[in-house]
Amino acid sequence: MTRIDDPIPAPPATTASDALACSPLAGRLFGEIHAATLDCVHCGLCLQSCPTYRATGRETSSPRGRIYLMRGHAEGRLDDPALLAEEAFLCLGCRACETACPSGVRYGEILEKTRAAVREAQPGGPLVRAIERFMLREVVPRRGRLGLLVGLLALAQRLGLMALAQRILPAPLAERARLLPRIPAAAERRRMPAFTPAIGPRRGRVALFEGCVMPEFFGRVNEAARLVLARAGWDVVVPERQGCCGALHAHAGDLERASELARHNVTVFDPMLAEGGIDAILVTSAGCSAALRELEHWIGSDGRALAGGVRDVLDFLAEVGAVDSVSGRAPALALAPIPRRVCYDDPCHLIHAQGIAAAPRRLLTAIPQLELVAHRNPEACCGAAGIYNLTHPEMAARVLAPKLDALEEATPEIVATANPGCAMQIAAGLAGRGSAARVAHPIELLEEASRGSTNGSGR
Amino acid sequence: MSAALLARLREIVGDDRCLTREGELFAYECDGLTLSPKRPLAVVLPVSAEEVAAIVRACRALGASFVPRGAGTGLSGGAHATEGGILIECSRMNRILEIDAENRVAVVQPGVVNAELSAAVASLGLFYAPDPSSQQACTIGGNVAENSGGPHTLKYGTTTNHVLALEMVLPDGSVQRFGNRIGEGPGFDFVGAIVGSEGTLGIVTEATVRLTAIPQAVETLLVLFEDVVAACRAVGRIIRSGVVPAALEIVDRRTIEAVEASVYAAGLPTTAGAVLIVELDGLPVNLTGEIEAIRAACEAEHCQAIEIARDEAERKRFWRARKGAFGAMGRLAPDLYVHDAVVPRIHLPAILAKVCEICDRHRLKLANVFHAGDGNLHPNICFDRRDPDELARVMAAGKEILEACVAVGGVITGEHGVGVEKRDYMHLVFGAADLDPMMRLRDAFNPDGLCNPGKIIPTTRFCVESNPKARGYDAVPFE
Repeated sequence: MTRIDDPIPAPPATTASDALACSPLAGRLFGEIHAATLDCVHCGLCLQSCPTYRATGRETSSPRGRIYLMRGHAEGRLDDPALLAEEAFLCLGCRACETACPSGVRYGEILEKTRAAVREAQPGGPLVRAIERFMLREVVPRRGRLGLLVGLLALAQRLGLMALAQRILPAPLAERARLLPRIPAAAERRRMPAFTPAIGPRRGRVALFEGCVMPEFFGRVNEAARLVLARAGWDVVVPERQGCCGALHAHAGDLERASELARHNVTVFDPMLAEGGIDAILVTSAGCSAALRELEHWIGSDGRALAGGVRDVLDFLAEVGAVDSVSGRAPALALAPIPRRVCYDDPCHLIHAQGIAAAPRRLLTAIPQLELVAHRNPEACCGAAGIYNLTHPEMAARVLAPKLDALEEATPEIVATANPGCAMQIAAGLAGRGSAARVAHPIELLEEASRGSTNGSGR
Repeated sequence: MSAALLARLREIVGDDRCLTREGELFAYECDGLTLSPKRPLAVVLPVSAEEVAAIVRACRALGASFVPRGAGTGLSGGAHATEGGILIECSRMNRILEIDAENRVAVVQPGVVNAELSAAVASLGLFYAPDPSSQQACTIGGNVAENSGGPHTLKYGTTTNHVLALEMVLPDGSVQRFGNRIGEGPGFDFVGAIVGSEGTLGIVTEATVRLTAIPQAVETLLVLFEDVVAACRAVGRIIRSGVVPAALEIVDRRTIEAVEASVYAAGLPTTAGAVLIVELDGLPVNLTGEIEAIRAACEAEHCQAIEIARDEAERKRFWRARKGAFGAMGRLAPDLYVHDAVVPRIHLPAILAKVCEICDRHRLKLANVFHAGDGNLHPNICFDRRDPDELARVMAAGKEILEACVAVGGVITGEHGVGVEKRDYMHLVFGAADLDPMMRLRDAFNPDGLCNPGKIIPTTRFCVESNPKARGYDAVPFE
């Protein structure tokens, strides 16, 4: 005989000290994170937007399930934190669920904080994590060290050592080595000029945010941005003291280091913003711009000015009339034809974290003879997700597969995307399938098309 | 017993598709109804009818109950496990097996997502008509179990009108097929009995469904009214005019404010007390006259304004906003209890006034968004389950709402199913003489009661079980 169910008992933890008494993890999750989980009414509209749910069909690998686990731990209703720890890191952090969530759950923010709480509650861990932590803390944000490492890798590639490594390394490591793109020549990895004057009538002055990975692997993208901005009438400054944005650290649960890096960038850019010396800080990497625009999640109101000044470079160019007439002013750029078939693929940190989808497409369609072809899977994560393809290669490959299917179907000559991780992941995936399509940042195509353009010459 | 059962389940589906960790069971303790959660013993994720059948046989051999689950978006707890039972999660059975455009038929596994079926056949000029608001997440299997409706039910009917044949694992572990793709057949209409049986007759492992031609022309109107009651009166007038809109939905101001604050914001007017969404579809030549008929009906009820969606993109935005409404109410409070009563349309204005009065009296935050054309109310009561006093008031108000609806000839559910949530209101509409044949039908399929027990029907053969008072305890959540 079935009896009517009693209402659930009041959860044991209703105050922060109750929660702390349940477990250290509950204490860390209780306040802010717990309050944010209450925004979820369990409607499930997020489920199909989630790449790991689609891959596994498991509630625990969905946004709704993960939020439920966070809430359960915060309320002291769960004991073993291992599953939450696994799921928090199995999540790609693509934030497609935020685009689907009618209730406005701040998923990306509580995910980062949950990762930090999980790490704090369970310090240490396997060697891989120690290496990851060392790399993130000591190498990535230090330009000299990262440059040295990349230089060594470049040498290894040129001597054929990487190909050898892929043959002799155990399969999981060889797989990771395969993801590494061909490292650009040293000339492309040089520092950018600190100041580039506008070409033609000057519209204003912007700062270019370089990032950590971008200058080493995608120096040509930052260089393209510098050239296009100057041609569009903007003075471009590249502050020398700027540093890594901290996104990779935050995604890895190291909010402490992320906050240190954020504070450093605040000291570099805030004075420039306060003096009115620059109109915006422009970023070519979607992951960096998303992190910088949400600095307040890490360092509160100290990050407000910098966050407010940061813009994605494509969004900025579309808005200020690089390719369109804005308030009677001719388009800033004159564009020569690029007769290529191009698919644009939305980086999660542009479309889901910043709501930017139209601007990159607008810039691309403005290039004469460029055929922008839609594909079936532009808004889904590619599996790169920062360093996810290194930490979870198997799931990353499963997440990437539907995108590669869609791209193969659309047969582009060029796949345009605006984030370094996505570019590497998609390029490696396409190469793995023997596709001849190359991957480019939209700003590179814009640079190619605008050679010989000066501000206002686009009519 | 449980160790032996788990070992057997692991043999059938493998370790990675048999979930037993504490957190895994916790995350599966409820579906879209977060009240009254129950942790299963294990969750299994089969990929084929053979695996489902093997799981069912294993459960039966050891006397364990089993409950099928789709995406867990149901609102009546139909996919809640029983304590110590097995949850059969169908999310991995998500392949579209066949699309037959000429006969307008699709064959799908139960975990195929409703909206993805429509998307898959759109290039053929077809769609799958039942469109529950959760369609971007909910599955065809769940829709079959609940006989799901949606805004377009008014013209296109509910799931039962679109299912032609089913393959089902019966509670004895055998695999049976019912119906055929022609949709006509001699003998008993088993498919009709299974659709809406909420997983109590067996576990659907394949559905053959009807596809519908995308209408040539569609117009969507937003009609603004001072309040919900006036909008309800206009609905009556529209139906009397003879026009059959594809959808007639009412959204009140509180709902609109919640949606407009969300990612589903569509520019719905926040100035009106209520907005009536009228969708007309069919041949282009007919729509002009129908729009005029709608205009006349709404003006006779003193509407404030009528807006027509400018293009397909705006129309889609309106519908995304309407369908995101339930979730958007998470902005108002942590929990939401949505009722699903249906009343004869003529009583809509009076019932809406009554619903508002009841919630005001219980000091509860109410938001209305509902299928007015069908007389199908969805009073959404916003609350926080951690406040026992508020929870008690939510339950009391819910009971009064259902009683008021039944008193005018209504029923307790239109499309969300009975599940556990409304099981104890069955006595409001059915006596022992009505429940008995239902139980006999269920027992014919599910004689030992292991398949989704405790849902829909009170479990004893005497109606006393469906009346909590008669069982001698008062403090029950759904009273």
